[in-house]
Amino acid sequence: MSFVLVVLERSAGKWHKMSWEALAAGQAMASELGIPCASAVLGKDLAEVAREIPGKAYAVEHDLLSDYTADGFTLALEQLIRQENPAYVVFPHTYQVRDFAPRVATRFGAVLLSDLVGIRVKGNAANYERQLFQGKLMARMLSKSSRAFLSIQAGAYRAAESREANQEVVAFAPTLDASQIRQKPEAPFRESARAVDLTAADIIVSVGRGIKEKENIAMIEELATALGGELAASRPICDSGWLPMERQVGSSGQTVAPKVYMAVGISGAIQHLVGMKGAKTIVAINKDPNAPIFEVADYGICGDLFEVVPALIEEVKKAKS
Amino acid sequence: MRIDAQGKWIVEDDLTFEINEPDAYALEEALQLKEKHQGEVIAICAGPARAASTIREALAKGADRAIHIESDGVASTDTLGVASLLAEAIKGESPDLVLTGLQSDDLGFGQTGVVLAELLGMPHGTIIMQVEVDGSSLRVKRELEDGWFQHVTMPMPAVLTIQSGINRLRYATLMGIKKAKSKELKTAPASGAGDPVAPLESVFQPQKEKKTQMLEGDARAAAAALVEKLKFEVRVLG
Repeated sequence: MSFVLVVLERSAGKWHKMSWEALAAGQAMASELGIPCASAVLGKDLAEVAREIPGKAYAVEHDLLSDYTADGFTLALEQLIRQENPAYVVFPHTYQVRDFAPRVATRFGAVLLSDLVGIRVKGNAANYERQLFQGKLMARMLSKSSRAFLSIQAGAYRAAESREANQEVVAFAPTLDASQIRQKPEAPFRESARAVDLTAADIIVSVGRGIKEKENIAMIEELATALGGELAASRPICDSGWLPMERQVGSSGQTVAPKVYMAVGISGAIQHLVGMKGAKTIVAINKDPNAPIFEVADYGICGDLFEVVPALIEEVKKAKS
Repeated sequence: MRIDAQGKWIVEDDLTFEINEPDAYALEEALQLKEKHQGEVIAICAGPARAASTIREALAKGADRAIHIESDGVASTDTLGVASLLAEAIKGESPDLVLTGLQSDDLGFGQTGVVLAELLGMPHGTIIMQVEVDGSSLRVKRELEDGWFQHVTMPMPAVLTIQSGINRLRYATLMGIKKAKSKELKTAPASGAGDPVAPLESVFQPQKEKKTQMLEGDARAAAAALVEKLKFEVRVLG
């Protein structure tokens, strides 16, 4: 019988929290299709942790899966899918999934429909919604392969508040040989202790590509100072070396939830939004009225930041004096 | 950005096209590896006739030669189709290393490189921030989430997807542009791609998640209105 298989992720001995969002997506889809849903987790020594998974769970265990490798995880998951034959395989859209899931899908002649924000079930078929042009437009996609491979964007589905643990754990031992695993991973590390802790700031003023030149960042810094907040940036600013990486907000930088997050000249690509959409109040200043940042903003100013920011600095100073 | 009359794609007439940003970093990484280790850099691109200008730019920056898989159908295929086109053309070249950008700025599936690795039977690494070549093996720095990194070693040939910001991009020099004119730009047939298994059915405008209060007026009026809101509604000023 066809079913939905959700592949959960563990990192550094913990569940990746997006796993439960993917599970919510998989369960919702399965219930609308009227088919069962099961989960899988890959690794080593999973007997205990697999019991924390609600519903039926496959514990895919092997010594060679103790550290993640693209080759090891691809082979192991491929074997589970061939044996159990799910019609839908759902992943959280994490960096790890981006690394190996496309490879698994290719082995089944399928394409991973990645970074989905919605799954729409009609009768016994589904279509899939995802963003295009970094969030400026949406697309509806179909999957014509016999098996659909789907990854779910962070925050697109809400994880269940509590998880009813279940004892229905099925052990699956893949056949792996060390010679099949070509990547040799070393221990994960951080570049340096972070000198700037953006997570502690009440107010963050963040700058993006719209600032055009390194010299113009001084203006944003002045605004941050006037507001008594921290200066932050989107990835391209840090990539250009205009601000240090430790001030980067987004999926590869810090995740923040301040009282006020002011995004200046930031279009709002999803990689940035996942790092700041938990802010209590979001202010967006951007010249493009269709910029995705306005989707999440509470207050918006559509205008030239080079006019708005100086005026804002003046108004803030006036209000504070 | 306007959606076309069929609701299938965007109106391309009013767009200017340029190299996909992560791909520019992949090209730069290839050029720097060549400077360190010798060898040859081949730029390869699947796309319609207009992609030739991007390929010329790659040659002007320092690629030794280029392959253009000319196809008008690239936009309507899927990642497996694009990767199949590229794999067919790459096979004959037997490269030591294949570099792609981590994702495209338009569709953003982020998997052409990984699928390509599978089709070529090569190991791969994604979201790469540093590449060291040691004989026939590679040691790369992978970006993980939340500020973490990891070194991974793998044998060559391999496919790497390169993260933006891995290096500083160079500009094409006048001399480079001149030289590019005499470099080889081969056109390869578009073969290997079947019908898409993950077709794009329609394109539409996103729905707003939140009700945004837009503050109208000129810069001064909008700034004053925002400060009012921050002071009396959000209560963070004063």
